[in-house]
Amino acid sequence: MAKKESTIGNMLIALTVITLVASASLGAVYNVTKGPIEAAMLAKKNNAIREVIPDFNNQPSDEVFKVAVDGDTLYFYPGKKNGELVGTAVETFTRSGFSGEIRIMVGLLPDGTINDVTVLKHAETPGLGDKMEKKKSDWSLQFKGKNPAEFRLAVKKDGGDVDAITATTISSRAFCEAVSRAYLNYMKSSPKN
Amino acid sequence: MESGKMNQLKNFTKGFIRENPVFALFLGLCPTLGVSTSAINGMGMGLATTFVLVMSNIVISLVKGFIPANVRIPSFIVIIASFVTIVQLLMQAYLPSLFDALGLFIPLIVVNCIVLGRAEAFASKNNLYSSVIDGFGMGLGFTFALMLLGAIRELLGSGAIFGYRFIQGDGILIFILSPGAFLALGYLIMLSRKVNK
Repeated sequence: MAKKESTIGNMLIALTVITLVASASLGAVYNVTKGPIEAAMLAKKNNAIREVIPDFNNQPSDEVFKVAVDGDTLYFYPGKKNGELVGTAVETFTRSGFSGEIRIMVGLLPDGTINDVTVLKHAETPGLGDKMEKKKSDWSLQFKGKNPAEFRLAVKKDGGDVDAITATTISSRAFCEAVSRAYLNYMKSSPKN
Repeated sequence: MESGKMNQLKNFTKGFIRENPVFALFLGLCPTLGVSTSAINGMGMGLATTFVLVMSNIVISLVKGFIPANVRIPSFIVIIASFVTIVQLLMQAYLPSLFDALGLFIPLIVVNCIVLGRAEAFASKNNLYSSVIDGFGMGLGFTFALMLLGAIRELLGSGAIFGYRFIQGDGILIFILSPGAFLALGYLIMLSRKVNK
């Protein structure tokens, strides 16, 4: 086939046209998918909130308040039923996981008792650290109904009350750290109503 | 290239065993080792790569006459990278749960040698029709390899296939971790060499 010669002009034209077409099509796809991506992320967040706190009838993501802590941000989503606070979903994080950041949604009742926890995002080892996900194992259920005032949020190896996942002390430790960060900051800074 | 029916069939099937990207050409090993922790991840990654391969083969075989030889590699990379980003955005929007599992590895399709390799070795020298067939064959061969490796690792490592658990208790953990990927891949390559002889 007849290839174009590699003159400066030809190369410039070819690259310019290709990059223009590429950026135009990327822009178009971005515009089309922007809405659905935001909706998918919001749906995921709302599902997690619904999962960890008792039945509510407000829109917690509209009443979110943020607390900057340890170089990142905690998000508090208050769940209210007929104006009464029934629980707060706290989006918390830890950087001491085995591989990368872990984000967890912790549901706290008004007195600080843990109602439920669910993992939003993690990159822990499949088959080991990913047992913190509810669909992989029942491990995270042990936090249900515990009040960190008397339940020490640390693995047993560190003198706490949490059973670590077998062979996965680092991930379990990180998980405890994230949950207790949520709890401590909730007790410190959350408006109680 | 002649375009007899037999030839096209051969063109399609070569990607599965004889020129399988993973087992015979050893291209694209990084995502292979990284995502093959379960059969479903392997399949998702394979299909995403197939899509990019077919689309980039189509575009490159169409514009090959227009690109001067000296800038062909940068042009190919821009085309491939655009398709990868498109896949990423589409997956994030419409398949969020698959995106959660593969998200980290999707951008790696750009640097997957198999995509650029097919662009350079095949699509830039062949017509549209053959290039589409080649893209599908190579992509599905890659998918097949990833799925097979993923299934073996998932079976040995967690006693399940496609997330369906039929052996209780903990599996052989090493197969879920990276050394297991190398071990399983090594045996599969040995097997495919034997079959190819």
